[in-house]
Amino acid sequence: MAEPAVAITVDGLTKQFAGFIAVDHLHFAVAAGEIFCLVGPDGAGKTTTMRMLAGVMAPDAGSATVAGCDVVRDPEGVKNHISYMPQRFGLYEELTVDENIRFYADLFGIGRRERELRAAQLLAAAGMARFHDRLAGQLSGGMKQKLGLSCALIHTPRVLLLDEPTTGVDPVSRRDFWRLLYRLAAEGVTVLASTAYMDEAERCHRLALLHRGRLLLCDAPSRLKAGMPGAVVAVTTSAPAAVRDELQGMPGISSVLVVGDGTHLVVDDAESHLPAIRARLRAAAIPFSEVARVAPTIEDLFVASVGSQDKGGS
Amino acid sequence: MNAPSAAVTVQDLVKRFGAFTAVDHVSFEAQRGEVLGFLGPNGAGKSTIIRILCGLLHPTSGEVRVAGLDVARQPEAVRAQIGYMSQRFSLYNDLTAVENLRFFGGLYGVTATEFGPRLQWAIEMAGLAGRELALVGTLAGGWKQRLALACAVLHQPRILFLDEPTSGVDPISRRQFWDLIHRMAATGVTVFVSTHYMDEAEYCHRLALIDRGRLVALGTPGELKRTAMTGGLLLVECEPLGEALAALEQAPGVLEAAIFGDAFHVTVLATEPALRELPGYLSARGLRCGRITPIPLSLEDVFVQKVGREVVAGGTPS
Repeated sequence: MAEPAVAITVDGLTKQFAGFIAVDHLHFAVAAGEIFCLVGPDGAGKTTTMRMLAGVMAPDAGSATVAGCDVVRDPEGVKNHISYMPQRFGLYEELTVDENIRFYADLFGIGRRERELRAAQLLAAAGMARFHDRLAGQLSGGMKQKLGLSCALIHTPRVLLLDEPTTGVDPVSRRDFWRLLYRLAAEGVTVLASTAYMDEAERCHRLALLHRGRLLLCDAPSRLKAGMPGAVVAVTTSAPAAVRDELQGMPGISSVLVVGDGTHLVVDDAESHLPAIRARLRAAAIPFSEVARVAPTIEDLFVASVGSQDKGGS
Repeated sequence: MNAPSAAVTVQDLVKRFGAFTAVDHVSFEAQRGEVLGFLGPNGAGKSTIIRILCGLLHPTSGEVRVAGLDVARQPEAVRAQIGYMSQRFSLYNDLTAVENLRFFGGLYGVTATEFGPRLQWAIEMAGLAGRELALVGTLAGGWKQRLALACAVLHQPRILFLDEPTSGVDPISRRQFWDLIHRMAATGVTVFVSTHYMDEAEYCHRLALIDRGRLVALGTPGELKRTAMTGGLLLVECEPLGEALAALEQAPGVLEAAIFGDAFHVTVLATEPALRELPGYLSARGLRCGRITPIPLSLEDVFVQKVGREVVAGGTPS
């Protein structure tokens, strides 16, 4: 296969607002046709990064290119190659699905024939064909997001920037939405999407984990998980709080978390700790049905990474 | 440990708005000290049920008892027993933490003599010591969230309702928050959590899955993963991705296939036959197969299969 072309480069990108650094020397690159996620909680710098890449906000330092255009020197040039779907996408609630698409097609200067062809494809792919004459205000949250995406895609962008596209969307609609993203990626569109939901990040090709404007980790989800220091151990128990109180502070255990039907631990070495944990719970007469290593989640990685970088926590 | 006792009993609850049935013969119980999650798509009826439990809406029929009180007859008394924390915490940014607590205490009828000790308890419980006089607008997300919780529980409710309580909060604050919720539940408070984020659902003792007004599944996260799904989930590595997706969706015994990065999560009717047959099926179509291995189900898989299947079945009651 040919060396994949680079669709987005980000080099030392920095943005400050009134004494606080929203984006702090970010570096990453996204290959053409890749689905890349910016992942982090509120305040991590996801939206500010998106805005700078969309050419609607100038960085204070650093540089970035999108589809070959420099976002600082040629912010208007960037706009010809991208679609940007901000968190509050401007749908007109009193217009129908068709009318919203037509409005965006006019904005992008798309002719009628191309518009009708493309709108039909997009609505079919989104599973919304039969809702074409429904008012946008009467769509569910998931369908509104899919309509927003259809409007953003009425012209064919090389790079699609999506700021938290699935916030407030239920899991069934979220899966439909991701199916659409993969279809676009297969057509060669590069997708940069942000999310605050760590479980959603498992779906992308590669991700950048952000915290307070800084890049914590950047790689494919499977490689990040394989590289996590230590291991996550799940204790299945009817007495998770007793397990927490017994194991908290035990040497080699760095975190103890009560979940719905058990307790999750982060240990520095699973092999040696599994028998020790079982023995300790038996000695304390705490009931449990299983102590087993489980795959770490992206959230586990985030917590481990933040914990090692700054002990300040919240 | 005390014998479990029902804090909330819902029996055959129905709520209609005109011709639309928002809640359709729902029955369940929640125990003292239980953290019960409500999951469901937008418009499934989760908020309607919660508003009825809070005494804000009258049921069309059925019986709802909260902390021993009939919500249809004694909605005011019910409201004194409950606390509510919304997704967008309704705190006043230009007031201090203590002023917010005083304001919400007043709303919930905490008397002047009770306020002092309750304030101390709430500050300590929520880990807000040292921030009492900070303007709320200057607090970081995790602090705001714990303050909102303190405001909701200042009157020591027996039932607490949380609406997507940790949406967008950083994972470290989120874990602290859930630790707080579990400690509160351990004192006997019943906690209801409404969410469609599966990573919040994992923190609940039991989950009620609501779809189009009906209760379609109820159980612990582990039970739902074991029993709510027929079949299993496989991780399938296969290239090229586009062709492989189309082939997997048509493959016998496959219910659903979704791309996760460079691999697929494939929901199958039965794990063993799929493990035997898929490699041959895929390579016969000229696709390059890598690893095919069973993986544990996530709650999202359960949700998608339960809700998705109901949609396909056309809404016949389960």
